[in-house]
Amino acid sequence: MTVSASTRTIAKTAAAAKSDLHKRLRLGESFIEAFLFFCGAVSILTTLGIVFVLGKESLLFFTSGEVTLWEFISGTEWQPAIGRFGIWALLNSTLMVTAIAMLVALPLGLAVAIYLSEYASLRARSILKPVLEVLAGVPTVVYGYFALTFMTPFLRSIFGDEIVQIYNTAAAGIVIGILVLPLVSSMSEDALHAVPYALREAAYGLGATKLETAIKVVLPAATYGVAAAFIVAISRAIGETMIVAIAAGAGPSFTFNPFESAETMTGHIVRISGGDLSYDSIDYNSIFAIGLMLFVMTLTLNIISRHVVKHFREEYE
Amino acid sequence: MSVKPDSSVASYPEDDGLQSFVKRRHRQGLTWRIVFQAATIVAILALLALLYNIIIGSFGYVALQNKIEPESLHVDGMPLEELSKEQLVIILSEHISKGLMRRLEHDQPFTERTRQDVYNLVIERVVEQRVVKSWSLTVSFFKRDEIETFMAGLPQGKLEFRSWLHWNFLITPQSSTPELAGIRTAIFGTLWVIFITVAVAFPLGVGAAIYLEEYAAHVGNPWLRRLNAIIQTNINNLAGVPSIIYGMLGLVIFVRVMEPLTSGAFLGAVEDATTANGRTILSAGLTLAILILPLIIINAQEAIRAVPNSLRQAGMGLGATKWQTIWHHVLPNAIPGILTGNILAMSRAIGETAPLVVIGASTFITVDPNGPFSKFTTLPIQIYQWTARPQDEFRNIAAAAIIVLLVLLLTLNASAVLLRNRYGKKSL
Repeated sequence: MTVSASTRTIAKTAAAAKSDLHKRLRLGESFIEAFLFFCGAVSILTTLGIVFVLGKESLLFFTSGEVTLWEFISGTEWQPAIGRFGIWALLNSTLMVTAIAMLVALPLGLAVAIYLSEYASLRARSILKPVLEVLAGVPTVVYGYFALTFMTPFLRSIFGDEIVQIYNTAAAGIVIGILVLPLVSSMSEDALHAVPYALREAAYGLGATKLETAIKVVLPAATYGVAAAFIVAISRAIGETMIVAIAAGAGPSFTFNPFESAETMTGHIVRISGGDLSYDSIDYNSIFAIGLMLFVMTLTLNIISRHVVKHFREEYE
Repeated sequence: MSVKPDSSVASYPEDDGLQSFVKRRHRQGLTWRIVFQAATIVAILALLALLYNIIIGSFGYVALQNKIEPESLHVDGMPLEELSKEQLVIILSEHISKGLMRRLEHDQPFTERTRQDVYNLVIERVVEQRVVKSWSLTVSFFKRDEIETFMAGLPQGKLEFRSWLHWNFLITPQSSTPELAGIRTAIFGTLWVIFITVAVAFPLGVGAAIYLEEYAAHVGNPWLRRLNAIIQTNINNLAGVPSIIYGMLGLVIFVRVMEPLTSGAFLGAVEDATTANGRTILSAGLTLAILILPLIIINAQEAIRAVPNSLRQAGMGLGATKWQTIWHHVLPNAIPGILTGNILAMSRAIGETAPLVVIGASTFITVDPNGPFSKFTTLPIQIYQWTARPQDEFRNIAAAAIIVLLVLLLTLNASAVLLRNRYGKKSL
């Protein structure tokens, strides 16, 4: 009796002590947790900062009286000197460079991904993947040098000096394609690799060849993952700056000829902010309006790609 | 046993149509296999072309021309090489302006200079050897006749094989003449900027990762839970924002709004408060820190997630508090992964150009940066500015600077891979 009573009291005090320990306020711990929360919150501040900065300066731009929102989103002429701010002069070349880049990166990237995932031996994979990683790790300014000193002369030697200008969107676009190729191939390869092996075995069992398995079974199963890779690649190409700043030319022009020089949105921002810029000028405010547009475009694409990936994950993981 | 080998063939339809169908499918398979392989080879060729293009730019023949031939500078029939120091000083004073002479005297009096030093000055200032034209490595090897025709039109010229990447290139500051320019200021600028970037981004990034992995999941308050989910989504989205947008953020927040802080004026750290502005190393470092923060967080989160849960439970079971568990058990196991991610983020920051152009890197500085409040230039900025010049010689030094940059990045990335291979396997 006494034994059981004493054990009961011990259990009781132990429980009390435990709950005390649990509830005890530990200042140090709370302080650390608060600091760590602050670290996480910095990212929120960054986003708010971006939205605030771009929004505020853009608002100044549109309320300056020199340009209306409609003129901005419908105009095809960008000449700040005479008060023309038509975004299409810049947006058009951005889209053109992106389209050229995708013509290079999407087919090549997907082909590389299929090769690495379905055909390559372990040995080949272990060599090729790091090589592609190196390609992805080269700074973009180096690609800019490459575009100007290699790709442009190369295009000129094919099409002729009188057709291809020294600064042109074609060379910039192709090199951006090379830049995003590793991104497309590695993301697509991850998606193809995640497709369960049983699907392939089933296809082989039905007598399908390796190609048929890859194209008609594995690729459709990985559609969402591959699509996400494509969207991220488009977003990267739109936001790419140094290659177009070096190789695509200075001076906005509304042209559909890829061999002519045309300034993109990012190229314009770099050129304008690289010069001596007064903080109160309309030029200064205008680059933030372009920046806002760029931010909205890339953010939309990134959010779409994230949703697409989620769809893919739900299916197979 | 009873099935004969040919009976299985017999069960297969003896139809030529089917045979050719199968053959065609296999042919197709082979064709596409070759296409896929070719695409991979094209990707590798692109990398090789990139490297090839940089290397042929950094080496090759140059045509040199002297403003004054050294042979014409003899005194009493004695060639330049054999003249005494005093005679060299006289030659120097005869050919350069009085102002320049005074400045040289001011830098270091001629009486204190060695003969070799004065001789170098004569070569640099009087003979003034200049590169008239430069050829790439491939042209140097395969189109000698082109070079010789050019040299024939330049009777005073001298042909020399030159490596644009040499020791002096690394240790001399910027110059407006490409053959005298170096990347000393750019290297120091890069080191300073990256030091600040890492010093800010590493603690913040790892802290955020710890919070999101270790604390966020156990939060009871539904509002805070929502906020944590938003933080996580937000970090993933930030990783996809173009770097130039960060430059614009840095321009407004660090260069303009926080100017008294980033220019160093509040500390009185600048000699001349009127010319000080926020376009400093500190602003650049902070901008890049914000830029690589999402990368560091995402990588660190992965490393922390890979630490087995049993370690946490063991720590907690022994009565350690949450932070003690994290500090003594989780972090030591996650640190190789965290460092690997950090090095990769660092090499991304080293290569960034666009945001630094936007916040206002200096176009031309020749003095070493001496602290966080100095004006700055970095290696990629230098490469950009040299590439943008129309003269070939600037392209040559841009190529040489690219080699330096790539070697730096390759060393960093290799150390990250080594770290991953050495410690990564043990903890997993």
